[in-house]
Amino acid sequence: MRGKPSWGTLLITLGLVVGSVIMLVPLYWMFVMSFRPKTEIFNLAAPIWPSRTSLEGFRTLFESYPVLRWIENTAVVAAISSAITVSLSLLAGYAFAKLRFWGRDVLFVLFLSTIMVPIQVIMVPEFFVLSWFHLLNSNWGVILPRCAEAFGIFMTRQFMLTIPDELIEAGRLDGASELGIFIRIVLPLCKPLIGVLLVFAVVWRWNDFAWPLVVFTDQAKFMLQVGLNYLKGDPNPDWNSIMALAVIALTPMLILFLFCQRLFVQGIAGTGLKQ
Amino acid sequence: MTRQEPPPLHRKAQRMAWRKARQRLVPYMFVLPQLSLFSVFMFFPLGYALFISFHDWDMVGQPTFIGVANFVRLANDQVFWFALRNTLVYVAGTVPLSIGAGLLLANALNRPMRGRSIFRSVFFLPVVVSAVVTALAATWIFNDNYGLLNRLLIFIGFAPVNWLSSPGWSMVSLILTTIWLRLGFCMTIYLAALQTIPSALYEAARIDGANKLQLFFTVTIPMLRPTTLFLTIICVIYSFHVFDLIFVMTGGGPGYSTVVLVQYIYNMAFQTSEMGYACAIGMALFALILFFTIVRWATSRRSEVSA
Repeated sequence: MRGKPSWGTLLITLGLVVGSVIMLVPLYWMFVMSFRPKTEIFNLAAPIWPSRTSLEGFRTLFESYPVLRWIENTAVVAAISSAITVSLSLLAGYAFAKLRFWGRDVLFVLFLSTIMVPIQVIMVPEFFVLSWFHLLNSNWGVILPRCAEAFGIFMTRQFMLTIPDELIEAGRLDGASELGIFIRIVLPLCKPLIGVLLVFAVVWRWNDFAWPLVVFTDQAKFMLQVGLNYLKGDPNPDWNSIMALAVIALTPMLILFLFCQRLFVQGIAGTGLKQ
Repeated sequence: MTRQEPPPLHRKAQRMAWRKARQRLVPYMFVLPQLSLFSVFMFFPLGYALFISFHDWDMVGQPTFIGVANFVRLANDQVFWFALRNTLVYVAGTVPLSIGAGLLLANALNRPMRGRSIFRSVFFLPVVVSAVVTALAATWIFNDNYGLLNRLLIFIGFAPVNWLSSPGWSMVSLILTTIWLRLGFCMTIYLAALQTIPSALYEAARIDGANKLQLFFTVTIPMLRPTTLFLTIICVIYSFHVFDLIFVMTGGGPGYSTVVLVQYIYNMAFQTSEMGYACAIGMALFALILFFTIVRWATSRRSEVSA
């Protein structure tokens, strides 16, 4: 197979290179614009490579908006929400995969079918539920509703089906309680799954927009994605600062991707294979 | 001293029965936390949305029952039909293109080649990029005057296109941006599925004299059918759900040319405070998604039975 590459291989490689450039240019341009002086944003003569750098965009951003608070809120929501989602999904997924109980399959299908429901369909009633609990403009107002997440349960069930029943039976014969079996026998086997679930939950909650948009009306309490939309909604948007905020919102996720790419691939590949 | 001890056997049986009853409850304890969250934040709101959809409610006063008036209004609402059409155009534009491109990409990146893992990472990258950030980045690609794409078109001697300010092209921009976001997802699922095709199938077809193209159409595509079905269902659902990207990138404009159903619901609920009508649109959308999912699932079942 070695030797000089065929024309077909060359063409495919060329296509892949062009495709990669298309994938990277929008993000590249975002970074370039965020580190430019404001005067060069609408200057068509400015080069498309990074020329004069300036932190002006970041400075005005932090001076005009409570960005640190937005970052903090986003991080808190992503951390708490993913911790809750993952723990509860593990519990429920285990029951659906390994325990027998009346109504199990109906309940599972019911959970799973909520994947079809767009958040907007239940936005109005959910808004009232939150106001009854006094959760509007609070982080818990974003955290709790989004923990009712079917993907985690689905993925956990798929994974746990592969755990041999004999292990669990052995635990029962040793007289361990069901919770004991779950914690001491099942969870240690689920380390790869837990990693996958965690990175996805963190990214989803960090990137959430539609629901936080409804929950937060107070600018001082926004999350990052809502803040981005808010800045863009200005009648005279300051694109330099918007791009700076976009860079702030994106960079932690890029770092996560850099270190956990395998987990992302496993998670997505795993859902596709088994249905 | 007349009190008699119950016979030990009886007590043991009682304890056994109690243990058994508890044993039966244990699974529900595992499901209970998620079940309560789902009940409060999903099942109850769904039922309540159906209830509100038969009412007139501006959020401040009490809801008044108006029967099916909201649904009659829906049928005569031109913007609703616009939004429905836009939603279907968006679904029809994004689903086949992202799945098809994902399939080609997965095949290109399945062979041993230099830099394969870097290419895979690059195409997969958008999985962590939020729709809002994507929309902002894409605005500077498609902007009529300052966007990179028009600058490129002018540079190589073409006429610039009104990507975001003309009704037809703004939908095209949204579809292209969505493919940018979703391509890597489809590619990754196909790549995983390609590993499961037994190489013996390719060997056999090659012995029969099939060329590369024939291998692709007679082995790869049929073997990937379950994956394609899964991707179609997921992508259709995602496309029906699209909100963030359109809300930030075009806001539904110009005019109503890119308003989709989910955004129309949002506008009705939180901009004009017509809660009843918003819920009615929501119910229509939910019925539509349910219909698509069931049809796609049923037709695939039939073809699998006949195959």
